[in-house]
Amino acid sequence: MDVHEYQAKEILASHGVDIPPGTVAFSPDQAVYAATELGGSHWVVKAQIHAGARGKAGGVKLCRTYHEVQQAARDLLGKRLVTAQTGPEGKPVQRVYVEVADPFEREIYLGYVLDRKLERVRVIASKHGGMDIEEIAKNTPEELLQVIVEPAVGLQQFQARELAFQLGLNLKQVSRAVKTIMGAYRAFRDNDATMLEINPLVVTKDDKVLALDAKMSFDDNALFRRRNIVDMNDPSQSDPREAQALEHALNYIGLDGEIGCIVNGAGLAMATMDMIKHAGGNPANFLDVGGGASPERVATAFRLVLSDRRVKAVLVNIFAGINRCDWVAQGVVDAVRAEKIEGVPLVVRLAGTNVEAGKKIIAESGIPIIQADTLAEAAERAVAAYKGAK
Amino acid sequence: MSILIDEKTPILVQGITGDKGSFHTKEMIDYGSNVVAGVTPGKGGKTHHGVPVFNTVREAVRETGAQASITFVAPAFCADAIMEAADSGVRLICSITDGIPAQDMMRVKRYFLRFPKDRRPMLVGPNCAGIISPGKAMLGIMPGHIYKQGAVGLISRSGTLGYEAASQLKALGIGISTSVGIGGDPINGSSFLDHLVLFDKDPETEAVLIIGEIGGPQEAEASAWIKENFSKPVIGFVAGLTAPKGRRMGHAGAIISATGDSAAEKTEIMKSYGLTVAPSPAEFGSTVAKVLQSA
Repeated sequence: MDVHEYQAKEILASHGVDIPPGTVAFSPDQAVYAATELGGSHWVVKAQIHAGARGKAGGVKLCRTYHEVQQAARDLLGKRLVTAQTGPEGKPVQRVYVEVADPFEREIYLGYVLDRKLERVRVIASKHGGMDIEEIAKNTPEELLQVIVEPAVGLQQFQARELAFQLGLNLKQVSRAVKTIMGAYRAFRDNDATMLEINPLVVTKDDKVLALDAKMSFDDNALFRRRNIVDMNDPSQSDPREAQALEHALNYIGLDGEIGCIVNGAGLAMATMDMIKHAGGNPANFLDVGGGASPERVATAFRLVLSDRRVKAVLVNIFAGINRCDWVAQGVVDAVRAEKIEGVPLVVRLAGTNVEAGKKIIAESGIPIIQADTLAEAAERAVAAYKGAK
Repeated sequence: MSILIDEKTPILVQGITGDKGSFHTKEMIDYGSNVVAGVTPGKGGKTHHGVPVFNTVREAVRETGAQASITFVAPAFCADAIMEAADSGVRLICSITDGIPAQDMMRVKRYFLRFPKDRRPMLVGPNCAGIISPGKAMLGIMPGHIYKQGAVGLISRSGTLGYEAASQLKALGIGISTSVGIGGDPINGSSFLDHLVLFDKDPETEAVLIIGEIGGPQEAEASAWIKENFSKPVIGFVAGLTAPKGRRMGHAGAIISATGDSAAEKTEIMKSYGLTVAPSPAEFGSTVAKVLQSA
């Protein structure tokens, strides 16, 4: 799960990381009020979306007057912001963050990730902040600093101090940077984050160390014990199809193709998408109905897949293990009848336990379902059906 | 022969009285697995499917000599269950549970380091279908009848894609020595490599099929090791060629977030280390058949 910049900053601030004064606003008037409350003479108004590269896309505006703050908020709110990371459709801007803009001297990069190879948290820092980490890694790989956290004891002060000195900070700045590095680690650990990026972390003329931008992602598997994070969820930032799927606890990812997929198991679902591509088509979605593939879940899956207007054919691929094909087949037949699925060719491939009984139920249902025996056949028939229907 | 388990391996089930634990215990017993004990805290002293139930793993191991365990424990409590099994001397722990927090798994892996290498337990999973040595024993949730006994080792991150491969092999009359599901989580127990080492020593296994997916370094690691050390032919496949970057494809660990994570990159790595790559997921069976014929 992702959160907005202002939410990430709230979390960081509660763990002792210093941030510039700022307030979230939902309307231009609120933005102006926020600026008057915050004080100062310069403010940035930042679009709050779940994607980076906002600056280059016009999502971050520097303002010198209250009027400019109001204008900036008006320009951003209610629009969709398209950045290099959002895809062509962009993300809706429903909130802006108004922040006091003070000059700074240096920009640093500070990031935390769960390293899969090391199975530990890795802290990464660089003197060259303000650009994305891929760029830093490409341009100045020799200046990329990192420390690995021993999970039994957590990040230690000396590790943070080493990083701070290597960043070339003066003594006053070092102690503040250590506080930041340690605080951000606790924010990461105590909230089950999988990624935390402070970029840039800035150093001001008076030796303050401030998180100017922040990004956090959290482990979906740990949300059961992180209600504070769940409460920060903003469904407007997700694909509406995916938000709907989430309500039904279905694993769904929307894609751009024409062939809707309903599959049990994540690996088989990915393989089915690959097979459709192999056969000359494009998958409209990833959808794992789960190992069980109960009739209710299959019916919900149909509704979801068919709510996508781009879908011109549907491929159901169920490998029945503990569940049985006859049971799954009955679920498919019932769902097709209940949802009145017409005009969209439907290819069903069943395999595994009681496959013959399952095929018989589908054949005798009177519904024009195209059956397939193998994964290859299923994909070929779905692509052919889509091309025929086009 | 087979690896990890056979019909004699004494098995204990953690969470035996829960719905899933109960159901799959019966399936495992029916398949021929030697289930000797169950553990559910608070239900000690009862029997379930004719199996004695204990309050703690330590007690179960002491009373029955169980050597392998399978966990049907809710995600919030599963890391604890795995560590309990490890601490009680269980040498093979298979975790079916899907949804364990990554930081919990990080702690589990760190905890395992307290055991010297020769006594460190083998963890299979979590978020996996388990292990089956066809015709002998099952320590998992797979449909046993789709596996034919034979000479191909199978290691798969995904459960259902492993089923797909097993049934394609069976349709061609090709059997399996042992099939291991290593699971779809970002931080998991054993890797492709751990099981390849065992398959290398197993005289019955003539070739190995490894089925990976997007995300993580395991496929590349295994491929490099295979080129230097493995004496038998290996067939590989990586699912997720059509998966978009940065999106979690069902499995917590199936996400392209770094260089080398994509299916295309991993496929190239496999080829560069001399693995035979199945051209599509519909060709697991035919590719293995070809490799066996030319071997």
